[in-house]
Amino acid sequence: MMSTGIVSVAYIAAMILFILALSGLSNQETARKGNWYGIAGMVIALLATIFGVVSNNYIELMAALLIGSIIGMLIAKRVQMTEIPELIAILHSLVGLAAIMVGYANFAGASENLTGIDLTIHDIETYIGVLIGAVTLSGSITAYGKLSGRLGSKPLTLPGRHLFNLGLLITAIWLGQQFVAQSAMGSGMLPLVIMIAIALIFGVHMVMAIGGADMPVVISMLNSYSGWAAAATGFMLNNDLLIVIGALVGSSGAILSYIMCKAMNRNFLAVIAGGFGAGASVKVSPANEQAQGEVTTTTVTETAELLNNAKEVMIIPGYGMAVAKAQQTVSELVNKLRAKGINVRFAIHPVAGRMPGQMNVLLAEAKVPYDIVFEMDEVNDDFPQVDVSLVIGANDTVNPSAVDEPNSPIAGMPVIECWNGKTSIVLKRGMATGYAGVQNPLFFKDNTHMLFGDAKTTLTEIIAGL
Amino acid sequence: MKIGIPKEILKGEQRVATTPDIVKKIITLGFDITIEAGAGIAANYTDDAYIQAGCEIVNSAQTLWQTSDIILKVQVPEAHERALLKSGQILICFLWPAQNPEILQELTERGVNAIAIDNIPRISRAQKMDARSSMANISGYRAIVEAAQHFGRFFTGQITAAGKVNPAKVLVIGAGVAGLAAIGAAKSMGAIVRSFDTRAEVKEQIESMDAEFLMLDFKDEDGSGEGGYAKVMSDEFIQAEMALFAAQAKDVDIIVTTALIPGKPAPKLITGDMVASMKNGSVIVDLAAEQGGNCELTVPGEVTVVNGVSIIGYTDLPSRLASQASQLYSNNLHNLLAEMTPKKDGKLVIDMTNDVVVGATICLEGKTTWPPPAPTLSVAPQPPASAQPTAKVATPAITEKKKSVFGPMLFATAGALALLGLGAVAPASFMSHFTVFVLACFVGYMVIWSVSPALHTPLMSVTNAISSIIVIGALIQISSADDTIKWFAVFTVLIASINIVGGFAVTHRILKMFRK
Repeated sequence: MMSTGIVSVAYIAAMILFILALSGLSNQETARKGNWYGIAGMVIALLATIFGVVSNNYIELMAALLIGSIIGMLIAKRVQMTEIPELIAILHSLVGLAAIMVGYANFAGASENLTGIDLTIHDIETYIGVLIGAVTLSGSITAYGKLSGRLGSKPLTLPGRHLFNLGLLITAIWLGQQFVAQSAMGSGMLPLVIMIAIALIFGVHMVMAIGGADMPVVISMLNSYSGWAAAATGFMLNNDLLIVIGALVGSSGAILSYIMCKAMNRNFLAVIAGGFGAGASVKVSPANEQAQGEVTTTTVTETAELLNNAKEVMIIPGYGMAVAKAQQTVSELVNKLRAKGINVRFAIHPVAGRMPGQMNVLLAEAKVPYDIVFEMDEVNDDFPQVDVSLVIGANDTVNPSAVDEPNSPIAGMPVIECWNGKTSIVLKRGMATGYAGVQNPLFFKDNTHMLFGDAKTTLTEIIAGL
Repeated sequence: MKIGIPKEILKGEQRVATTPDIVKKIITLGFDITIEAGAGIAANYTDDAYIQAGCEIVNSAQTLWQTSDIILKVQVPEAHERALLKSGQILICFLWPAQNPEILQELTERGVNAIAIDNIPRISRAQKMDARSSMANISGYRAIVEAAQHFGRFFTGQITAAGKVNPAKVLVIGAGVAGLAAIGAAKSMGAIVRSFDTRAEVKEQIESMDAEFLMLDFKDEDGSGEGGYAKVMSDEFIQAEMALFAAQAKDVDIIVTTALIPGKPAPKLITGDMVASMKNGSVIVDLAAEQGGNCELTVPGEVTVVNGVSIIGYTDLPSRLASQASQLYSNNLHNLLAEMTPKKDGKLVIDMTNDVVVGATICLEGKTTWPPPAPTLSVAPQPPASAQPTAKVATPAITEKKKSVFGPMLFATAGALALLGLGAVAPASFMSHFTVFVLACFVGYMVIWSVSPALHTPLMSVTNAISSIIVIGALIQISSADDTIKWFAVFTVLIASINIVGGFAVTHRILKMFRK
């Protein structure tokens, strides 16, 4: 049995290691080391707790740890890179579930004898921890359902949904008050359980109301919640390690949500309120309608020829590339073009894909060197020098009406301005609109050619034609 | 329908209306193609190549004209060719109805449906069919090649062991399609290129080609006329312009003139005096020779040497690059045919509601339809153009309006009050945890902003793994004597460890893939 002092020191070491793990992610070189720091921090924290705090039931503990680790390892080994968003969502739900369980068990087995304001604060901490945990749990499961296609990605817009949410919130607050009051008299289990049910409903409803295009925000938001849940649990247990880690993760997720909202020029509250992408298509202004004309289609041979004669090629991947699982083929194309001395770069929009950074991961999986993969802002000014832009399964992120159409639902959203290049080739299955439900004037521009078909097959044919 | 491609008979014309590559494309539109034997020889396309592409070869021009529903040609048909045309036949070629009113009348009387490829309206949608642009491009390039042939020196400057070579100076007057092509060709050969145009809007285009735009110090009169062409300028402007040319003539080695005003004879820009002032061995290429020439001394169709200055007045520059010109021209024709065969069933439809077709069709079913009604109005969708400037004004207004200091101040005050309230009631132990919490939020804030956006996915998976630190809560409870609590804790440890191991392992897998 270690002394509490040593446990505290171990916790401090763990905190430092976790902070190093996150700061390691500032670039690709240090990121791998960072992950090992994180693992070391976790091992130290677990060992310190197991030897410093746990006093019996070691067998059950070890069995649980072992089984959990094996399951985790198997999942991590087997998951496809295109399914990472789903995996992250389901892992979030586990944190939420753990928060509920810990909070519930802590309340049910209350051993500390607190009174007065201490008890009230403790109860509030428990209540908030469980509340956030429950929202994270059901929200993440719903997000998983949407990402994996088990649930439709269209936002569910119930009539009066804002009132409904408000009602749930007020009920939760009222139940909280009841819980604190009853807890002082030794009971309180009932309000807690009812609140869990309400929070679960709220989590489902919140994510159901959010459209597919806003998924990056949802994922980062749930990431944030899982952190806050851990922090609240830390308060409940008077454990600074949990508080620190919870706060780190919470602010990480919050910043990511902010970055994603900014990349879509959306207000965070508006995203959470949901409903985007359903009514939007109705709002298309007449000017937008007029911008349409005739699209120019092109063929694989012509595209191959264009690429052969190009010096600067920019590839703009979107969610469609992930859907078509075309990243390997894209990589092959890139290798072939680079071998010809053509400068190939990638332009990645911050919200491309269904979670932050998803495109980077897919390209990395396909062995595309990361130093030719650029952020939107790094390359947007270079387009006048670009001979050919290949838009692969992207739509809303290359929509010029975000820039020059103030009435457009996506007005003001930063977009990749590929139309400033000499030629854009858009690989697309058909003329369907993107998740924002907005027609894309890019497709009708003179220097845009449409290449219809499945991205993977088309790219394979292009490679053969080079 | 049956398409016939006769051999061009105009003297010196080497182009052919359709190349074997394009034949294949036209056949996919549902047409049958017959070509006169030897039609492509001058442009280096053999009869065999046409046969392989799916053409039928006919030896007699007469049969070809008489048996085809559609005739694709380059040049205006000669009198005896026109005599072979019959009512209902479709003729697509250069026709220049403004210059050839009598031919237009004859075609109308014969009931021919004639489509003048030179009358394709200059709208964005029709660019792919605009044979005048594609031919002008070739003329501009060829003008420099011709100039190089008659010019006794290098274009590019060199410093060699045998001495220094000065670069040639080229002046291009009129920066339309041909002018810009000439600028590009001269520039790529290493010459110093200057250019002048009455339309101020082309300054940018000239500079984008790396040539120098000659500014005329003159009150802002813009020479842009309808449809992107130049218009006639005021007398004072012309005087200033001529002074500029006179000064330039003494300095430059090569002048390429491309100045044309639609429907007017070419403006005389280079006088005999200017030619006399030029250096011996200089070259003038007059691309306006067909319309009388921009230089007073130009003889259309010929090269003359005056005072040691070669003046090239060829009117058949595209034909001198026959293979290339045929390729682009036949592409233009194919695009036009595709436009007019919406069902790809080999049936050409002359749809007079189509603004491209209505512009190019000069006579239809015995009626003259040239000039087309109100060409400029039907041409461009004006509203989007006018909508754009307002858009640019409106956007900054929207983004800037909400930036008042009031909001953040209100927020800060509310936050401070809430903290004060909390501090007033909460016990010391809570406040010490709270301090840690706030500090950790700030550390998180600083650390996360420095994370590379490319690593946002691994950031999420690793934060996921470390947020499972919540397992410590379960570890604290696992030793509980209460069995329910114990099993709750065991279960929590199980799911949290899935998360810990899964999160770290996935992060590791992702990070391993990132490579330079």
